[in-house]
Amino acid sequence: MTVTVLYSIAGFALLVSFLKDKKKTKMSLKKAWGSFRKILPAIISIMLLVGISLALINPQTISKLIGAESGILGIVIALTAGSISLIPPFVSFPLAAALLDGGAGYPQIAAFVATLSGVGLLTLPVEIQYFNKNLALLRNGTAFVIAVLFTIIIGMVM
Amino acid sequence: MEIIKEFKWAVGLIAAILAFYIFNQELGVKAAEMSWANIYQMLTLVPPIFILVGLLDVWVPKETMVKYMGQESGLKGLIIAFIIGTASAGPLYGAFPIAALLLKKGARLAYVIFFLGIWSSTKLPIVMFEIASLGLKFTVLHIGLSVPAFILISFLIEKLVSEQSLNEVRTKAASF
Repeated sequence: MTVTVLYSIAGFALLVSFLKDKKKTKMSLKKAWGSFRKILPAIISIMLLVGISLALINPQTISKLIGAESGILGIVIALTAGSISLIPPFVSFPLAAALLDGGAGYPQIAAFVATLSGVGLLTLPVEIQYFNKNLALLRNGTAFVIAVLFTIIIGMVM
Repeated sequence: MEIIKEFKWAVGLIAAILAFYIFNQELGVKAAEMSWANIYQMLTLVPPIFILVGLLDVWVPKETMVKYMGQESGLKGLIIAFIIGTASAGPLYGAFPIAALLLKKGARLAYVIFFLGIWSSTKLPIVMFEIASLGLKFTVLHIGLSVPAFILISFLIEKLVSEQSLNEVRTKAASF
């Protein structure tokens, strides 16, 4: 669905651009390919790393680690796991919902979901490649702080 | 030779998966399947983003970007950053080339950081999915806290990043 929409928009934009100016369009495609190619080695390595870690860790293990009785330690584990891993939302949300059903606490889930989306240790090398170390660390660090705040608030109200 | 050097990490990790396979067939197959699913997702999702970034790069003049998202663009810049962040799709690494392009064209750093924050937490399709999976209350709290927090953080980071560091980032962005 998302993919179809994205390709339609890109295809339409490309067509309009091509009709307006062939040379410019060619230049834009050259640029697009150049930046894609530049980032490809890092992204492929990250995807392989993610694949290996997903194979090593199964839902039962996660459920044991951040389950109902896991308390503060469970929150710490959830924050750490969420910061490191890279799980697409269509996998992570149903997983989080299943964990809740299985007795996991809301704060643990909040910690996991918020760090998962905002903090990316695995993608940090790519982020540094695009910006710089200083900026990438600041962005991830502050996103982590926001995740902790969110966890605390969820712990208080839910 | 050059290409092997460039992909040395990938080659090493593929070797690791093969090693898994030798010691534990099931684990090796699972790792290969998971890796392929991720790579496939990336290869299908990312090309249109790069095409759009390439088109914006050649068609949007710097002055336009500065006017709408530059240092003096005010609330307008913040709102545009929110809209492109929330209307997007895909993992956060897909947002990096867009953020780099915005910086290259002269967008204000705080707005670019805010854009990344919104992309990571408040993408519209994902919000719907979050409501369905984790409930309305959880999602409202998540967004209600994230959006103001990311606004504050964006301006804070802008203050913390030195002129020199920002220049380095903008120069780098221009090379992509």
